[in-house]
Amino acid sequence: MKNLRNILLRREAGIFVMIVLFCIAVGIERPQFWTLNSLRIILLLVPLIMIGAMGQMLVLVARHVDLSIGSMLGFSAMVTGLMFRHYPEIWWPVGFIVAIGTGTLLGLFNGVLVTFFRLPSIIVTLGTLNLYRGLTYIISDARQINRQYIPSDLKAMSQTSPVFGIPWIIIMSFMVALLTYYIVMHTQLGRQIFAIGSNPIAAPLRGINVTQVTLIVFALAGALSGLAGIMYASRWGFVNPSNTGAGFEFQVIAAVVIGGVSINGGVGSVLGTVLGVLLLGCVSAALPLLGIPGTTQNAIYGSVILIALLIDRTVRQKGLASLARSKT
Amino acid sequence: MSARGISKKFGVVEVLTDVDLDLKKGEIHALVGENGAGKSTFAKILAGVYRPTRGMLEMSGAQVDVSSPIIANNLGIALIHQEPISFPDLSVAENIVMGRKGGGLMTRVPWSGMLGEARSYMELLGMSIDVTRPMRGLSIADQQMVEIARALASDSQLIIMDEPTAPLTPREVETLFIIVNRLRDEGRTIIFISHRLEEVRILCSRVTIFRDGNKISTHHINDVSNSDIIRLMIGRQLQKYMRKKGTTIGDVALEVERLTLPGAFKDISFKVRKGEIVGLGGLVGAGRSDVACALFGVAPAQTGTISINGKKVNISQPSDVIKLGLAFVPEDRAVAGIFGTLPVMYNITAAIPSKIAPRGIIRRMIETALSKKSVADLSIRLASLNQPIVELSGGNQQKVILARWLQTDPQVLILDEPTRGIDIGVKEEFYDMIGMLAADGRAILLISSELPELLSLCDRILVMSEGQLTAEISRADATQEKIMQAAVPRSRVAA
Repeated sequence: MKNLRNILLRREAGIFVMIVLFCIAVGIERPQFWTLNSLRIILLLVPLIMIGAMGQMLVLVARHVDLSIGSMLGFSAMVTGLMFRHYPEIWWPVGFIVAIGTGTLLGLFNGVLVTFFRLPSIIVTLGTLNLYRGLTYIISDARQINRQYIPSDLKAMSQTSPVFGIPWIIIMSFMVALLTYYIVMHTQLGRQIFAIGSNPIAAPLRGINVTQVTLIVFALAGALSGLAGIMYASRWGFVNPSNTGAGFEFQVIAAVVIGGVSINGGVGSVLGTVLGVLLLGCVSAALPLLGIPGTTQNAIYGSVILIALLIDRTVRQKGLASLARSKT
Repeated sequence: MSARGISKKFGVVEVLTDVDLDLKKGEIHALVGENGAGKSTFAKILAGVYRPTRGMLEMSGAQVDVSSPIIANNLGIALIHQEPISFPDLSVAENIVMGRKGGGLMTRVPWSGMLGEARSYMELLGMSIDVTRPMRGLSIADQQMVEIARALASDSQLIIMDEPTAPLTPREVETLFIIVNRLRDEGRTIIFISHRLEEVRILCSRVTIFRDGNKISTHHINDVSNSDIIRLMIGRQLQKYMRKKGTTIGDVALEVERLTLPGAFKDISFKVRKGEIVGLGGLVGAGRSDVACALFGVAPAQTGTISINGKKVNISQPSDVIKLGLAFVPEDRAVAGIFGTLPVMYNITAAIPSKIAPRGIIRRMIETALSKKSVADLSIRLASLNQPIVELSGGNQQKVILARWLQTDPQVLILDEPTRGIDIGVKEEFYDMIGMLAADGRAILLISSELPELLSLCDRILVMSEGQLTAEISRADATQEKIMQAAVPRSRVAA
């Protein structure tokens, strides 16, 4: 009985119910929402956010925040795009190594500023958000990488795969989620990230190398932004210095916070984050169907973040948030 | 393990001076001493939490540099902190295995193994906590037991327990003792810090007494009596401070009857008269500050009555109490007292918003005048009223807090460790001030762990131990020994 109650109380169940209710409501209003095609639309909206959300979740759990992920995405995508333009003959999967490597370096830079210089992450990443975006303009001469330079094999990854024709990028994003789940639930690293966020003062007293773990968390957020960067090139077939990755951080933070990750650190789950991403995807897919103009999207994301924070606060006060991670 | 000439300074204050200590393998060694004697600081140096200013540590004859808790962990030293340290959002099981040595970051930690292991330690300790539940919400006693389980799980050779029994029930204490004895039989060394001499006697083979940051002596437990130990603990120099005479004691200003807050204090009854200074002595954790917080409405008592000037009052939050003419200078300035980054002036006038801002708009003239007067009255040393209060010395910060409360013209003043961390000169100024406040007809309740302070200032001294009043001693009868006898908790374990 107690376990049953715990399951009911779990945040994940709540979000799942919200997704179902939302889809039913939209479906009643617009029956075409309930088709395989719109499922495909939803799933194609989410991979980038999903990958960004995994990194951001780890950062938030460690009681930090990374606002620069959109700019890291843009810069990594631009570096990769430039490489494709300069060396059209290059074997295209090298792009993944370049994008992820670039993102890792940018993330490490954030991490170094946060750990060694003891600067607050919100200010550091607000700074690098602009710095990385500015660098993207500089290296690209403010010019877009056009469609013809992006390898067609890369673009095909967003169309299909041998697995039931589900596009590769969708499969990859769920693989990243699984890997994050493994790290969070089954490794020393995952446990230490939660410990640092839960009680930063106790962490070093318990023999945790806070500097090292924090660096890894920021590097991971960067690496995943880099991966999202090349997936952007695959999905949209171009890299634009000002648009690529712009506003990405807000979508991602919205998804993560909806998913029950606490901005106060120490609380969060991969399943919750995945569900948060899916809920956001459903909302984004439903807006055009419902005839709500795209111009309201930002307002909706903003409201969703605030509502999620209010829910988080209420849940936390009742002391239930921590149930999200404890196994029942 | 041996310590050689360990000294530690915090700023200019030397809290440990040249401590030498040899621990034998497989012994249970007690550290006793008054609050602030340096036991916990010493323990933290052994566990790598603090680095000593001077001196060195040796393990099995070789010098070791315990420069961080990680290194201490790897050397097999575990410290059970006085206040349990935990990760509230993590499960009990994760708290138990957290930080154990070995294994890289990508090491797999299987849940089933971890849960099983955690359960076996909890079983060993006779606890029935679900190890999958989060730490948040566990009682202090349960958290303490989880801490002990963690020390067991870390497989350490030296386990330091800093007042582990304070929050535990007698049954839990007995279980703990059985386990500590078993650990010793396995050849581990245990340092046991406690105020409960009976427990020390049952458990430990040797006892080392600390006083004022010095190691006084080490004895075999059978060579010393409890009263010997107490005498060694308090052999502190009495300061030559004498309170100025001239106070007339008036009517009862504050009367407390059968005040009870479960888990903190029980059946507390006392009176403080106008012009009287009543001391409240006891060890840290005896519930003195809890009583003060209850009087001030921070954490109100559950049952019992409080009367101010003969009228029963209902106290639920601090703003009620301020209106009734009660003021409280809390123990921890940094947490409960000062607004650190704000100017001294704002700190002085913080409790009297209606005086400085009659219609919600602050009148700088009034504020400045009131602040200037306070600064002069209390001879607060500062560069400017607009200086952030953190730039002041501890003693002057404390004076600002006192000034704040004097602005409300309180009839009853509760001072919780008002001179802690203040140097001698300023201390005497404080004593003069407290004496003058009493001479003005205010009732003063002075909580202090410094026995000389209680002896030289107070008209009467109440002593608390484990949430209860254990003695009331008049000024004429009071001695350090009497206070300490009443303050040391009775053991709750059958001898």
